[in-house]
Amino acid sequence: MRIAGEVSDVVASRELLGNLVQRDLRSRYRGTVLGWLWSLINPLATTLIFTVVFSVIMKVQPTTGADGLVSYPLFLLCALLPWNFFSTVVQGGQSILLNNANLIKKTYFPRRLLLLAHVGSSFVTFLIEMAVLLVIFAFFGVNTLPWIPLLLVFMVLVALFGLGIALALSVWNVYFRDVAHFVALFMQIWFYATPIIYPITLVSSVEGGSSWASGLPLTTLYELNPLVSFFEPIRDMLYGGTFPEWHMIGLAVLATAVSLLLGNLAFRRLEPRLAEEL
Amino acid sequence: MDDAMLVEDVSKRFRIYHERNQSLKSAVMRRGRAQFEEFWALRDVDLAIPHGKTFGLVGHNGSGKSTLLKCLARILVPDSGRITSQGRISALLELGAGFHAELSGRDNVYLNGSILGLSRRDIDARFDDIVSFAGLEQFIDSPVKNYSSGMYVRLGFSVAINVEPDILLVDEVLAVGDEEFQRRSLEKFQQFRDDGRTVVVVSHALGTMQTMCDEVAWLDHGRILGVGDPEDIIGRYAGAVGTSEPEAPDGGSCEARVTSVVVSGEHGAATTVSGEATRFRVEWSADEDVRDVEHTLTIRTLDGVTLAVASSGGTGARTLKRGDGAVELVVPRLPLVAGTYVVDATLNRPADGHVVHRADHVAEFVVHPAADSDGSVGLVALGGTWVSTGR
Repeated sequence: MRIAGEVSDVVASRELLGNLVQRDLRSRYRGTVLGWLWSLINPLATTLIFTVVFSVIMKVQPTTGADGLVSYPLFLLCALLPWNFFSTVVQGGQSILLNNANLIKKTYFPRRLLLLAHVGSSFVTFLIEMAVLLVIFAFFGVNTLPWIPLLLVFMVLVALFGLGIALALSVWNVYFRDVAHFVALFMQIWFYATPIIYPITLVSSVEGGSSWASGLPLTTLYELNPLVSFFEPIRDMLYGGTFPEWHMIGLAVLATAVSLLLGNLAFRRLEPRLAEEL
Repeated sequence: MDDAMLVEDVSKRFRIYHERNQSLKSAVMRRGRAQFEEFWALRDVDLAIPHGKTFGLVGHNGSGKSTLLKCLARILVPDSGRITSQGRISALLELGAGFHAELSGRDNVYLNGSILGLSRRDIDARFDDIVSFAGLEQFIDSPVKNYSSGMYVRLGFSVAINVEPDILLVDEVLAVGDEEFQRRSLEKFQQFRDDGRTVVVVSHALGTMQTMCDEVAWLDHGRILGVGDPEDIIGRYAGAVGTSEPEAPDGGSCEARVTSVVVSGEHGAATTVSGEATRFRVEWSADEDVRDVEHTLTIRTLDGVTLAVASSGGTGARTLKRGDGAVELVVPRLPLVAGTYVVDATLNRPADGHVVHRADHVAEFVVHPAADSDGSVGLVALGGTWVSTGR
């Protein structure tokens, strides 16, 4: 199996992976005054904006959470933080080979490491953000500690799902620079097509309503959106305080496996000519 | 297997795009097919690079030698054939490739070291050596973006050379830094060879290649033309360059031409012995009478360093009569050390600087070491004697 060789290549270079992750982390906020605080300020600012627009002005009703908790910012953050992470993995990952062209043309190491390092360094930020979120939940009197193991599993699944997509996009982007623009557009659509700023229950209420979209099988379409199977369980656990639905867990694992396999396949096919195409 | 690297039947094809399909519009317009031509950068290359030897690759630009080196480094993947190697490979293709400008020299040493395959513990052990070799003790904690370009490549070189790989691949990066640094670099290479490590080097500096390498392969248009003794191969390569591909076309108004330059020592043509009498016979041919011209001979090394320029001007410019003729430059004791040298000849009018004919690389000659050679190296044989003068 070629994949075994590919995995062992990466494992053999784990120290380099560690150094590449450190490089990303150290250089990310170099030269800024606030430094690491930026990784907290950004999501908080987005939360504030979305809360004002969607909760205060447009009156989106969040679902009722554990112990009768109703808080739009908390409801939002449960899906917004994973989305931000996923979006960073995909959008940053697709240009990672172009940004490191010189490294690829002049040195040899398993090229996958560049993507893994990108995912790894973004994951560190994601971990910090989620930890802060758990602290905020604690302030609201919600004990999320029992969910931490399963939460970590889902966070890793999101990371691997994003990695698969980024693997494919990064090599395609070397051959077709249009990919970056398509992806930027597509990610915007995907953001609104995923129940992040609104509860999924709003979608099923459209189905029974009288708008032009009511004839569409919206709920089914939603369940085909793989991101739902990652974000809904996270929100169920933290905000709702309930165990995620089993079929969601199954879908998440399936989506991750498919994404990784296809992404790796695309990468494997185009990797050998990278040094000359860049 | 006593070969450090074995190249079997390797071919590599490159695409030259006329217009890249990097935007969707152009892809659709051409129905997805990018217009490109393919050419073979390497064709059926077989090569065995022995353990513990310094192996050189020579060839003109575009001959495929750098492509071969990149294939050996696994940066490029051959389209067919197989490359097997034993031991850790480190490639010096561009010094400081992979340095991150925002990070400190220290962080970059660790990053670069791990790209070259060292573990953190290995780097810890070598860190002081690396920094002191580069001479950057004071600056190691400042970001490399504040380094001068010299400091940058010195650090890059120092990391790569201290990796102590089993096989080192080098591409034209030996001439780095000031003289002091170059001297230490060459010492390090020497130590490398003494340790029994394998070096594969690509360079245009033929003189250096001749002294450094144990074995040389000559590539031309992606094929191997010869492998073997450096003196033999480099001599043949330099000869081929001189005859079939002059570095610069002959110039001048050409009413008279230098047809050949024959170098002869006391024992025959085209060779001479260091410190012995040597004659340079310049044969010319004129279509008409050409007045007030002087002959100039330039002697240089294979890598183009000018050693001597001898003009007949000092003895008065003279007129060339229509027809053929010859002049001779007689050197009583040739002050060159053993090696291969190149002659350029010029016919020009000193009064207004007009060039009648310039023939670059018109001849080549080999200087053999003198029988009583004191083993002088360098370029010039001083021919002196050592005398004890007491205290």
